[in-house]
Amino acid sequence: MSGRYLSLTERDREAMLATIGVASIEELFADIPESVRFRGELALEPALSEPELVAHLEELAARNIHAGAEVSFLGAGMYDHYVPAIVDAILSRGEFLTAYTPYQPEMSQGVLQAIFEYQTAICELTGMDVSNASGYDGTTVAADACYVAKHATGRSKIVLAEALNPQVRQVVKTYATGFGLEIVEVPHRGGTTDPDELREAARDAAGVIFQQPNFFGCLEAVPELAAAANDAEALPVVHVDPVSLGVLEAPGAYGCALAIGEGQSAGNVLSYGGPHYGYIAARADYIRRMPGRIVGETVDAAGKRGYVLTLQTREQHIRREKATSNITTNQTLLALAGLVHLSWLGPQGLREVGETCLALGQCARKRLERAGFELVFPERTTFKEFAVRVGRPATEVIRAARERGVHPGYALGRDYEGLDDALLVCVTEKRTPEEIDRLADVLAEVARA
Amino acid sequence: MAAAESYPDDLKYHSEHDWARVDSDEATLGITWFAQDALGELVHYEPPEPGQTVTRGEPYGEVESVKAVSDVIAPLSGEVIEVNGKIVDAPETVNDDPYGEGWLVRIRLSDPSEADSLLDAEAYKQVLAEQ
Repeated sequence: MSGRYLSLTERDREAMLATIGVASIEELFADIPESVRFRGELALEPALSEPELVAHLEELAARNIHAGAEVSFLGAGMYDHYVPAIVDAILSRGEFLTAYTPYQPEMSQGVLQAIFEYQTAICELTGMDVSNASGYDGTTVAADACYVAKHATGRSKIVLAEALNPQVRQVVKTYATGFGLEIVEVPHRGGTTDPDELREAARDAAGVIFQQPNFFGCLEAVPELAAAANDAEALPVVHVDPVSLGVLEAPGAYGCALAIGEGQSAGNVLSYGGPHYGYIAARADYIRRMPGRIVGETVDAAGKRGYVLTLQTREQHIRREKATSNITTNQTLLALAGLVHLSWLGPQGLREVGETCLALGQCARKRLERAGFELVFPERTTFKEFAVRVGRPATEVIRAARERGVHPGYALGRDYEGLDDALLVCVTEKRTPEEIDRLADVLAEVARA
Repeated sequence: MAAAESYPDDLKYHSEHDWARVDSDEATLGITWFAQDALGELVHYEPPEPGQTVTRGEPYGEVESVKAVSDVIAPLSGEVIEVNGKIVDAPETVNDDPYGEGWLVRIRLSDPSEADSLLDAEAYKQVLAEQ
């Protein structure tokens, strides 16, 4: 039992057994019936020495491929944006590098100030009045928004646009059972949501969730969608990529009650899909229904500026099963990465990232059209992503392209009927015109235009 | 200024620390001195809507202090005919005057006989003594 990597020695074990008055481990387990005990040898490989283990792990790690090593046009919710070096430099400071929630303001002013600045950045970006200290990810904040909507309206129907990220819809549906929600989905029409259909579905609804740009990369008529929800006195909730807000209108300006989203694209590397952070921001009317923690600015006894957790009374440690959220995972470090990234770019930098994505996306659309590929939604304006038909199952095309070192995109047929031959191509500011040429050449080889 | 502890004799009490002042088929509802003292200074009142039905023993609103959020339990059943807007604007009024200015709602009783099962001041004080 004992070994180099176990902290207990044989002598420690004997001392513990003697203290509780049993002679052996076997005697300690005497109460466990023979019939449920495992008596054989565990089917484990023999132990490795430390250098052997390191060599083994290096061999395993070398089989992983990262976005920097091959060309990736994969998006669909996770985006390959450049993360400036300053993000890691600040994140690796010991003062920030803790998963612990700063419940003690007297010794956590730095973290609390960072969270307050994060909330400020989210509010400025979204045009909302209040942001929380961050959520678990872009899917759970949607479930949180449903909770806000249900309690604000006393209704229990939630309308989801089908063009909302399928994983977000899945998580909302998972929560729906526990929350007592009825979920209604509104299909997309040629890549976007029809405001009239949404208006019809929004009757008696607590909230309506749509996405801008939507899962297909298409720009929705968001003022009309928000109005459709507002007219039915349902809360309009928009799921927005924060990076798009350098070039797109802020949700607060088109009548949304809540703005939510996945924060990964701001400051977080892809990292196999997580951990990342979600953001949730709302109009002031909903401040008491906000999930999780909120940091507020105040003054101390000497009148100096200070920061504290505020409105904690609706949190889990006080409100138990009636809390506004029961996720305790603290994503502050990842949200801080978002804050550093956004601050480093500034309004001008964020705008330039957005404009570069727009220009390169346009270039890729044109290039693939020139190569003979047909766009799935040719009339739509797109940001960062667009769908293209590849003439055979997209999953096969992806496999074949991957063998040539190019990840051409996401197979929309995984989530949408009738789109088996559709590839969702993502172009961030990191892609180059040469890489776009390469994509077109590889697709010309492996797909049928 | 917080009020001094008291449990007026003309009120009926529910063991969840709510009081009712019954006037034929109507009643005014609020929380007891004990409840406001346990919560501390109130900072928010989430009232029901006029016209809403309240059910004896079920929550009809929320009061929030700096320490906690608490459901307010209806001691009697009926329909809300008035909400005390003063508490929405100045929730601390409940701390100052829990049985007067600090009332929370007025309801029209759906079953006035329910009042017979509520506690009188002496019985409620007994409940408090046993806590």
